[in-house]
This record gives sequence, C-alpha cells and structure tokens, in this order.
Amino acid sequence: MLKIENLHASVDGKEILKGISLEIAPGQVHAIMGPNGSGKSTLSQVLAGNENFEVTSGSITYQGSDLLELDVEKRALAGIFLAFQYPVEIPGISNEQFLQAAVNAARAERDESPLDAFDFAQLAREKMKMMKLDSDLLARPLNVGFSGGEKKRNECFQMAMLEPQFAILDETDSGLDIDALRVVADGVNALRDEKRSFLVITHYQRLLDYIVPDQVHVLAGGRIVKSGGKELALELDDKGYGWIEGLEADLSSQEATR
Amino acid sequence: MSEERKMLEGLSQQEYKWGFTTDVESDTVPPGLNEDVIRFISAKKGEPEWMLEFRLKAFAHWQTLEAPQWQKPEFPPIDYQAISYYSEPRKDQSTRKESLDEVDPTILEMYEKLGIPLTEQKRLQNVAVDAVFDSVSVATTHQEKLAEMGVIFMPISEAVKKHPDLVRAYLGKVVPYTDNFYAALNAAVFTDGSFVYVPKGLKCPMDLSTYFRINEANTGQFERTLIVCDDDASVTYLEGCTAPQRDENQLHAAVVELYAHNDATIKYSTVQNWYPGDEEGNGGIYNFVTKRGMCAGDRSRISWTQVETGSAITWKYPSCVLKGDDSVGEFYSVALTNRYQQADTGTKMIHLGKNTRSTVISKGISAGRADQTYRGLVSMGKKAHGARNFTQCDSMLLGDRCGAHTFPYIESANASAQVEHEATTTRIGDDQIFLCNQRGIKTEDAVSMIVNGFCKEVFSELPLEFAVEAEALLSVSLEGSVG
Repeated sequence: MLKIENLHASVDGKEILKGISLEIAPGQVHAIMGPNGSGKSTLSQVLAGNENFEVTSGSITYQGSDLLELDVEKRALAGIFLAFQYPVEIPGISNEQFLQAAVNAARAERDESPLDAFDFAQLAREKMKMMKLDSDLLARPLNVGFSGGEKKRNECFQMAMLEPQFAILDETDSGLDIDALRVVADGVNALRDEKRSFLVITHYQRLLDYIVPDQVHVLAGGRIVKSGGKELALELDDKGYGWIEGLEADLSSQEATR
Repeated sequence: MSEERKMLEGLSQQEYKWGFTTDVESDTVPPGLNEDVIRFISAKKGEPEWMLEFRLKAFAHWQTLEAPQWQKPEFPPIDYQAISYYSEPRKDQSTRKESLDEVDPTILEMYEKLGIPLTEQKRLQNVAVDAVFDSVSVATTHQEKLAEMGVIFMPISEAVKKHPDLVRAYLGKVVPYTDNFYAALNAAVFTDGSFVYVPKGLKCPMDLSTYFRINEANTGQFERTLIVCDDDASVTYLEGCTAPQRDENQLHAAVVELYAHNDATIKYSTVQNWYPGDEEGNGGIYNFVTKRGMCAGDRSRISWTQVETGSAITWKYPSCVLKGDDSVGEFYSVALTNRYQQADTGTKMIHLGKNTRSTVISKGISAGRADQTYRGLVSMGKKAHGARNFTQCDSMLLGDRCGAHTFPYIESANASAQVEHEATTTRIGDDQIFLCNQRGIKTEDAVSMIVNGFCKEVFSELPLEFAVEAEALLSVSLEGSVG
C-alpha cells in the first residue's frame, strides 16, 4: 500500500524528518506515537502533499507509484485522506456543500455519475448517525462554531463518506472525551477491511485500546526510534517519553560511530 | 514562486470573452466637445428646443467645473477633447427601425453572441430588452405588449419626442446637472438610454432590461436612464453591459434616475462587465456613473443590486433619497476587482422622512494587484424620526498584493435615528485551499465556492437569470487569483 524510504523533509529550511522508513501493507493499521515536536504532524502533512514542507530526499511509493509526483488534489483522488488535527473554518460554504463537492469529485475520478442531492442527503444522514453528529451540522458553515469534538467527529464523518484507501488520522483523539473517543474509534473500526490501511497518529495510548494497531512506531527527533506490536504502546505509556529520549540518544551515537 | 501560484497566475490570464468588435460601419463625429457637437447630437435626435436648452445649460455649467480628485483610484487626466461624443451604426440607422427585420443583421448577431437574442423567435419571454449600441438604441422588444398595459418602455431619445411632458417633468429631478462633474457632462452629451414609466397601480408584468454595448473605438458612452413608478406601481429593471477589448481607456459616464411615488417599488439590478483591461492594466473602461433613486412617496421602496466585475475603474455610488415617510432604500453590492482593476464604490442613504429604513450589504473581493474602496454615507436628517439603517460591509482579499479600504461616513441630526455598521475583512487562506484540495476539490472550484458563499446574501437579491449569470461571471473573473 504505502512504502516510505529514508524520507527527509524540512520546513523553512529546518529539517524535521531525518530519515523515516515505514511500510504499511493493505488492511493494516499502524500507529505513530511520540513527543511534541518529534515530526508526527509533519509526516502527515508530507503524505498529504502540503507544499509548505519540502521533501529533500527519500521516496514515498503509494500503490506502486511515486506519490511525490502527485499534487495534493491528485493524492486525495487516489484515495489518500487526512483527518486534520486542526480542521480550518470556511465561512460561506456549508458542511454539506463542501462534502458534496468532495464526494462528487471522487466519483468523477472513478467515472461515476454525481450523487444527486437526495441520494447524498440519505447517505450523509446514515453516516452522521454513526458518528453521533446532529444532522443540523450539515447546513452550518464548515467548521465555523463547531465544538472541538464536533470538528474531530466531522473529520471522521467526511472520511466515512469518502471511503479512502489510506487514511491518516492526525491526533484525532486529542481534545476528545472518552465517549467521543469511542465514537471516533467505532467509526474507524467500521471502515477497517483487508484493503484499507490507516496511519493513526496519537499522543496517548488510550486511543489504541479502541483502535487496535498492527504495528506501533515511536517517533522522536524526526526518526523512528522503535517499532513493535501493540504492546509497545503500553510500554511507552508505562515508561513515559523520557525512555524515548534515551533511545534517541543511543541512535545518534550509533550513527556517529558508524 | 510556488507551483500553485504559477498555476493560479496562469489561470488569471483568462481571456475576456466579450472582447470582440463588431464590424459595423458607423457615423462617428470627430473627437471634441463644444456647443456645435451638442447641437449636432440634439439635431441628430430630432429633439425639441427645451431639450437642447437643457443640454446647453448643462454644458455651460460643466465648463465651470473641475474634475473631482477625492477618489481613491488613480488615473491620468482625461482629455475630454479627444473623445468622440456620438457614434451610430450607419446603414440607414439614422431613423430608428420600427421592425427588427430592418435592424442590421450584424448587430442582431452580435447581441445573440452576447446571449441577448432580440429576434422574435428567440427573444427572452419574460424580459423586455432595450439594446443600446454605442450612442443609439437599436431595438426594444415586447414594446407593444407593454404599451397595451400603459407601461412606457422606450429609448429616452424617443420618449423625449413622444412623451415630452413626462420626460421634462422628471429629467434631472433626482440627479440635476449641477450634481457633479460627470452628471453635468452626461446631461450635456447623453445620447441614449431607456425611459420607463409604470402607471398607477400597475405591477409591471415582465422584467425590463437594457443591454449596453460600446463598440466603436475612441467613443464615450453617455447613456441616461429614467425610471418613474407612479403610485402603487412596481417594476424590476435589469442592466447589463460589455465592451470590446481595446488598448486605450474608454469613458462611460452614465446617469440613472429612479423616481418612486407613494407605495411604488423599483428594483434595479446591474451586472456590470465592461472590459477590465489586459493583464498589465492597459485599456479598459472607466465606469464613472451617477445613480440615484428618489423615494418621493410615502412607503415607497427602491432597491439597488449590483454585481460589478468589469471596468478598469469603477467609480459610483447608487444612492437612495428617502424623502417619503416609511420609505425603504436598499443597496446590495458585490464588487470584484482583479489584475490592476480599481473600484471606489458604495452608496448613500439619505434619510429625510419619518421611519425611513435602509439596508446596505456590500461585499468587496480583491485579487491580483487590484485595489478596492467601499465608500458609503448614511445621513439621518432632522426630521428622520425613528429612521434606521443597517450596514454590513465585508471585504475578502485573495493573495497578498491587493488592497481593500472602507470609508463609512455617518451623519445624524436626529437623536431617535439608529445606525448600525458592521464590517469584516477575510482572506482565502492557503490552509483553506489545502483542505479543499485534500478532499479532492480543485483549487478553482474551491475559490469559486468560497467566493460565491461570501456573496450569497447579495446574489439572493438578484432575479434568477441574473444570479446564474453573476455566479458564472464571478468564477471567470476570479479563476486562479489565490496566491
């Protein structure tokens, strides 16, 4: 599905990602954990194609082709979805109008006819119910005046509508109470199948109780310092990020002596 | 320069679709302005003596005036002696054609190309159109049908002859020639335009419309529109305009006067799309227009809706004088400037009567290197007891090289009057575009969606056909202006 090799990326000349390699097979859920400033969000932005981040070396192969060749919109149409950590507000465009445009852009890409307003509304109602969102939210301007929890659940609602091949959840759990967290996790789990892959970026182990990952990677200082099974998340939770700093230092000294 | 910006800049070079010229032989007076030219225009139109006198008085007054300098847009001084003040298509057009069959087919074709079919089979069913080509009206549709109901809808040059008493009673009543420099110039040299009179108690059964087209080079267009609604009458009027693509600037200085008696309603909508100039800012129309409505009668209502996307410079303030008690004035505006376009526009709401109400909704969008100013006056007179105004003035900036300015003037001489002013400035952010792109929505679709959302309060005031046209126009004028 996705293969990242020795990825280096910088923003405003400052290197944030310092050689990331990662492979995600179809149907897998990988979790990325790590302290603030470790490069977690940068990785998600680079995968989505944000031009403010410059890829200086390395490669990303997505479904057999070079992802870095594609612009943001083409990546989206190829099935990559990013649930934003901070969804931006767009006054003047209703949630419904926005999502209908997105759904129909995806359908056009697959040579399918656009959904009419009636079919769209029916589908939207169904998916909103799943995300426990009030259908009034459809008529409101995108993200304007949404509560923190509504914004995050709305991102997941969009994901459910668009049914991407590869979804990145960038700290979707932060700021959610335990009930909302369950709703989000249920939404993700409902979408899990043998073809669809996920990259779940989180600060806390808590989310991974509900979305059980196939692999966990610990990111620190722009590198993956440790990878393991789902139990790694528990270990990390137990030992804290101080443990990571030790691992990072080890890695740097290894490199220095090499 | 980022890839995105490059793509966007490429898109903003979008061609002006209406820039073609029509090959019609014209009789054009040599450039220059003096009494003889005015006498020539008056004679050409076969005007009565009083009309010529009105023009000459206006000209004498104009000569005492200096061009105003207080506006924000900057432009080199206009040489009024270098403009030709009269141009008409030749081919025996000196007398207006009674039947469309006699109108030069090239001209009919041109209007068709513009989407304004005039011929019997194709003309719009529910809209009567007066087509003005350079200085003359070439055709007016549905005229007889309207006349049966007592509605007068004809070129003003014809009305001067056929309904002299009516024209004389109202011409210059709302915008006297002493009003301003360009109003004086227009009064002296106006060539054509529309005249509308809706009799007492009649709701005009179809929308009336004028389509202005400047074709000839080096000519100015000075049209004059006069709309009178008698007691309890109502009318909806639409105005559209385009011009060919030319390297030099052309002056368009129109005057529009609206007069509403007791309980009358006039709704005036404009979609202005004069040639805006090329991507370097060469050429384009100077659109310096005086538009004013008089709510003379009690409970009368005048509503201006404008969508301004064209012209190199737009400089106008469609206004309402709320003289009758309980009268209502409204101004809904979308002004879009791109490339090097400049606009200084807004409205004046002059509250004189009791319980008069006004609403101003202005949406300004600036892109490219354009500069835009909202300038508005709300004035509450001494006798305007209980008068109320609400103004909302929103600006949207696309990119980082354009400007938006707001100058709201508020004067109140009555303590019971209420004035509210709200203003916002927003920017289409890269993060908003990124979000849309990440959901598979193309940048130009995203911009168009955001801008149309921004303007929807105004678009909802437009008649349906116009609203569709306005949205399309906005997308074309805007494409690729986010940097």
